[in-house]
Amino acid sequence: MIAQSLFIIILIGAIYLFSKNVGKIRRNILLGKPADRSDNPAQRWKTMALVALGQTKMVKRPLAAVMHFFIYVGFIIINLEVLEIMLDGIFGSHRIFSKPLGGLYDLLIGGFEILALLVFTACVVFLCRRNIAHLKRFSGVEMTAWPKSDANYILTIEILLMTAFLTMNAADHKLQLLNFGHYIKAGSFPVSSFIGPLLPNNAHALEIIERSCWWFHIVGILAFLNYLPYSKHFHILLAFPNTYYSNLHPKGQFTNMASVTNEVKAMLDPSFVPETTGEPGRFGAKDVTDLTWKNLMEAYTCTECGRCTSVCPANQTGKLLSPRKIMMDTRDRITEVGKNIDQHGKDYKDDKSLLDNYISREELWACTTCNACTDACPVNINPLEIITEMRRYVVMEESQAPASLNTMFGNVENNGAPWKYSNADRFNWADE
Amino acid sequence: MTNDQMTTEIKVPTMAAMAAEGKQPEILFWVGCAGSFDERAQKITRDICKILHHVGISYAVLGTEESCTGDPAKRAGNEFLFQMQAMANIQVLDAYEVKKIVTGCPHCFNTIKNEYPGLGGNYEVIHHSQLIQQLIDEGKLKAEGGESFKGKKITYHDPCYLGRGNNVYEAPRAALEILDAELVELKRCKSNGLCCGAGGAQMFKEPEKGTKEINAERMADILEAKATIVAAACPFCMTMLRDGVKHEDKEQEIQVLDIAEITVRANGL
Repeated sequence: MIAQSLFIIILIGAIYLFSKNVGKIRRNILLGKPADRSDNPAQRWKTMALVALGQTKMVKRPLAAVMHFFIYVGFIIINLEVLEIMLDGIFGSHRIFSKPLGGLYDLLIGGFEILALLVFTACVVFLCRRNIAHLKRFSGVEMTAWPKSDANYILTIEILLMTAFLTMNAADHKLQLLNFGHYIKAGSFPVSSFIGPLLPNNAHALEIIERSCWWFHIVGILAFLNYLPYSKHFHILLAFPNTYYSNLHPKGQFTNMASVTNEVKAMLDPSFVPETTGEPGRFGAKDVTDLTWKNLMEAYTCTECGRCTSVCPANQTGKLLSPRKIMMDTRDRITEVGKNIDQHGKDYKDDKSLLDNYISREELWACTTCNACTDACPVNINPLEIITEMRRYVVMEESQAPASLNTMFGNVENNGAPWKYSNADRFNWADE
Repeated sequence: MTNDQMTTEIKVPTMAAMAAEGKQPEILFWVGCAGSFDERAQKITRDICKILHHVGISYAVLGTEESCTGDPAKRAGNEFLFQMQAMANIQVLDAYEVKKIVTGCPHCFNTIKNEYPGLGGNYEVIHHSQLIQQLIDEGKLKAEGGESFKGKKITYHDPCYLGRGNNVYEAPRAALEILDAELVELKRCKSNGLCCGAGGAQMFKEPEKGTKEINAERMADILEAKATIVAAACPFCMTMLRDGVKHEDKEQEIQVLDIAEITVRANGL
């Protein structure tokens, strides 16, 4: 009874805390500007099914794709087992699903064990890739101490959870064979039966091990749940809405700014009356709140895999630009803005901004807009849009484009070509 | 007889001249700034005209009425200048009641096709590689009567705004597949293609500080593929790739040719 009450208190507490922190992230995302991504729901569901659920963009790197798939499937399917563990915790039962499911239960538990082993293996491989093989993709200026630790924490926690799960089953299995207490014969144990010999034969010791692992596993899961909002691992949730709200236009198509259209139309036709959009008068993005909610959602979705940066032509040739850094900076800045709101109220402004305090101009100007980063992202994140919005601010609000680009602008404006040729000579090619 | 001497036989029609005669061409050839002014790209422009002429499509160009699409301004963040250019161009295109456009440049192609509709300019837009593919499919273009590419090792560099930008990967390859040549893909190709370094208005500025030039990085792929002809489909890629070849001192071994030039050569136009 005490155990049940304790479990229910921990469960409610964990869910409450998690909802509160997710609510904060949601609020932060909604600090972004509006963007309409409500069109074409059929295409959106399809994109989500393929990219998030089906992980089709992961396959470009087969080893990572297979390992990631183990962890992903393991995570989803083992959740069925977590459901049983929760119900057992609440009702004080033991293996509550075993009776109603009968033979299927054995199959399920056996399946969970194999998945747990695969998750375990994949996490070990991933830790080795990061800490022993030192894959280039996992380093870079933005991969400071915290992002590296974050990745290692996630993998270590998953290894511990799987170890607890398998050890719990091993002890349970032995207790079942001893016909001890309420440990009814249920489940099959293709993996944990190999752990059994390592455990003591004493029934009371086994019971302590079984109970400890049970508690460690479920409290561990609830703690891990509450770690998500502070971690890149939050992608396991946001990958779904983020792909649903994907950009469905061709990648080469940049947004046309409606605010600029109004001004240009008014310039060309003095009788033109612009529709009032009620937007504040800033062109482009200086800070995160100038970006759209979708840009901010993407920042929270990023799991720092670095596929974007590894294919970025600027990054590969030693320039400062790293698309992953653009996303991480955006997330860190919006988190900071959110914290400011929590601490000082919603009208508080610090003297920082995404531009200059986080992302330098040198990074922005190194981009070739080649879309390699957006194509590489397994969850359809678009760092290019943020780069473009910030260029727009630098060019249109500050007039701080590099001098050579200003020359190009002047040429386009005066000669209708980016070079200094007279428009009258434009057709000379036909005479040669 | 060189390619350029041939052009004197072709009179390139302008929209203005055709309109004066009360005629409407089937397709407008949007030449683009590079195609109009860059010496190397001008050759490609003339070759596209030769193809149009050869298959007997009624076409015209805007000549001096054409102006920059605004692409480099837009990628650089100057949305004002882009929209000014776009609206002025749309006025001209609409005045001539243009329905269909073929461009000689992936940047013009992307901008007019994707970004003009939102500003009121709606046209059917294709890149010249798509036109060539169509003509091949219709049997109007073959690879005969001209230079043989037999046994030559040809590779293709995907321009970002044609490939990833608009998912046009097969059309330019179709123009190469009809040649009796050995086609090799670069290590990074199609959606994995590496940028030449010119996009996003980089063409018009010095690159940021780094360890090497992007086109030098791309040259490594080209050298690895051991190709003797690099096919391009974008005038800016053309410049960057040629610079890369020059930098490697491989001008004798490696030619950079546009898809249109290869088609013209293969057909002896």
